[in-house]
Amino acid sequence: MTATLPQQTAPPTPLGRALNRALRDALAEDPAVHVLGEDVGTLGGVFRITDGLAAEFGDERCTDTPLAEAGILGAAIGMAMYGLRPVIEMQFDAFAYPSFEQLASHAAKMRNRTRGALPMPLTVRIPYGGGIGGVEHHSDSSEAYYTATPGLHVVTPSTVADAYGLLRAAIASDDPVVFLEPKRLYWSKEPWDAESPHPVPELGRAVVRRPGTSATLIGYGPSVPVCLQAAEAAREEGWDLEVVDLRSLVPLDEETVVASVRRTGRAVVVHEAQGFGGPGGELAARLSERCFHHLEAPVLRVTGFDIPYPPPMLEQHHLPGVDRVLDAVARLQWESEWTSKEAR
Amino acid sequence: MTVLDRSGAQQSSPHPAPPPAWRPAGDAASLLPQDTPYRVLGSEPLPVPPALLGDGPRPDDAELLALHGHLAKGRRYNEQATALTKQGSLAVYPSSTGQEACQIAAALALAEDDWLFPSYRDSLAAVARGVDPVEVLSLLRGDWHSGYDSRATRVAPLSTPLATQLPHAVGLAHAARLAGDELAVLALVGDGGTSEGDFHEALNFAAVWQAPVVFLVQNNGFAISVPLAKQTAAPSLAHKGVGYGLPGVLVDGNDAAAVRQVLSTALGRARSGGGPVLVEALTYRLEAHTNADDATRYRADDEVAAWRAHDPIALVERELTARGLLTEAHAAQVGAAAEELASDLRGRMRTEPSLDPADLFAHVYARPTQQLRQQQAQLQEELAAAAEGGPR
Ligand SMILES: Cc1ncc(C[n+]2csc(CCOP(=O)(O)OP(=O)(O)O)c2C)c(N)n1
Repeated sequence: MTATLPQQTAPPTPLGRALNRALRDALAEDPAVHVLGEDVGTLGGVFRITDGLAAEFGDERCTDTPLAEAGILGAAIGMAMYGLRPVIEMQFDAFAYPSFEQLASHAAKMRNRTRGALPMPLTVRIPYGGGIGGVEHHSDSSEAYYTATPGLHVVTPSTVADAYGLLRAAIASDDPVVFLEPKRLYWSKEPWDAESPHPVPELGRAVVRRPGTSATLIGYGPSVPVCLQAAEAAREEGWDLEVVDLRSLVPLDEETVVASVRRTGRAVVVHEAQGFGGPGGELAARLSERCFHHLEAPVLRVTGFDIPYPPPMLEQHHLPGVDRVLDAVARLQWESEWTSKEAR
Repeated sequence: MTVLDRSGAQQSSPHPAPPPAWRPAGDAASLLPQDTPYRVLGSEPLPVPPALLGDGPRPDDAELLALHGHLAKGRRYNEQATALTKQGSLAVYPSSTGQEACQIAAALALAEDDWLFPSYRDSLAAVARGVDPVEVLSLLRGDWHSGYDSRATRVAPLSTPLATQLPHAVGLAHAARLAGDELAVLALVGDGGTSEGDFHEALNFAAVWQAPVVFLVQNNGFAISVPLAKQTAAPSLAHKGVGYGLPGVLVDGNDAAAVRQVLSTALGRARSGGGPVLVEALTYRLEAHTNADDATRYRADDEVAAWRAHDPIALVERELTARGLLTEAHAAQVGAAAEELASDLRGRMRTEPSLDPADLFAHVYARPTQQLRQQQAQLQEELAAAAEGGPR
């Protein structure tokens, strides 16, 4: 699947606005949808993603809850049991941790435990990742906790159009979706017309953001713009890089990734989360299993270090940037040193 | 209540009083539990009923006779399930012998549309609610995590992670209230479970949302080996309600008639928009934590003996005797019904449960992912090869 080009006439719209619009449309279309969270009502959320929703739909559809993440998620589970479709906002990545037990032990397992009698159509929106100069506990990339929890879908947009489409798809899903919002992209703008109808994509479909032939960069959420910038810069070096945006870590669209890497023969996975136990390891393993004979070089990973998220004045050293991605691309055995070394 | 001194100019006072909004609102005293647990069975003088009860009717003869039958069946169920662990057909069983009154009388107070959120020890409550006695045991037998249809029975799965079911109960009750449906939710938890954060969050949400939910704490004195004194310094667990703005009620958990009355009132109040209630039932776990536990390591025999003298079944029988109702015919009928339940359980637990390995993949998501489909195919191949008898 390839990305559709945004209409050039559309006004520049920040990603956060598209999320807001997705919530609004979901609330308007389906009375079962309820938004819950800390400060999501009158204030419109600390990132203003729920701006205006309580005013338009009332406090019972967009509810300021008590400040207790486990309670919010636990209550949402009960609401889902009664047929509602709760959409929760966690204020920041690290503040979702108190709700982890409810997510891992119940949201993820309830459908399976009850053989489908109690499905969990709920969405947990979590602003995640760094790059905004946040103090401690405001910049975690916690996706690996969620991808390691069978029963959850884990979805993350990188474009304005996807912010809308994937959030609509997440809310419409009959399974729990952890919807990770790259907070540093909240203000990034693309031409996007909120008023024209937008397709809702199927969850679990990756997309080729930039076609290329030399190597594949695989990213998701905040690392997609980094990959695209790196691909642009790599042209000067004579590399024509393909960029795949996973959009969804669970379900993982292996076919799109595998097809790309079989074409290019080289791959780099880029993410902010720590490398150890991060999604990059899973992708590298699957690519080596399925593309072994097509690979010209080992699959490389460019990730955050295996450290607690750094204080803001040091975060630039931690975040995988364009240079680090290009360094990795340079190490993809262009001179066939790998094969010659092996031959020695 | 005027807090600010309106007459005095502010300059004249070096320490102005805080603005009124910061003063506590509400009447704490009305939320406090009684001094003595409510009971209706046993010798006079009976304690003052909790304010919440009003002058609720005492159980009539027919009700008392029915309760007796239910308790006897509950006890027999516990005995039979424990026996099944010895024969290896149950992995483990947490007996609720001694707690039959709280579990059964509470479940009997539920109306058709109400929901029950049981904890792992509450098999009897689920059975009293009408769940199939064999299906209740699926979790402990190990054929599936939850064996009954929660939607059809309106009984949530038995919850193993302590107190985690309480926020679910609140959320469901809240959703029902938003829909304008007249129902109440009964959420069960143990004394140990009240120390969990989810207990606190659930009570707080319930009170803020005025959700139609009744929390019933079965205070049986122990969380596995840990006695209540190491669990809390609160005057009682029912006192925990006041901190969240919901009334606490203390009831003798071995007095089935009292439990029934308190729960009927509390659930009825919740159903008609009166808000949540916290009920603490004082009871005792007469058996060990489970069949695998050794209770002699942490409690004295004479303590157990004292509670055996306050046995919930004996309490009802004494009352029935006093009312001249404990006839031989009634006793025989109750015994036969209990025996019938046990033999049905034995018989059906002897037949092998039907197991389908494909189920492992069928309910993880609404539609299995590509990866799950592959893994299921792999397992099917392995099973087919094994069925053909040879290694692949
Ligand atoms: C979150 C959690 N922690 C620990 C356990 C292990 N555990 C099972 S039962 C139990 C004691 C529970 O005591 P209480 O809440 O008083 O209920 P009771 O067993 O007396 O019915 C413990 C610690 C658990 N099931 N869940």
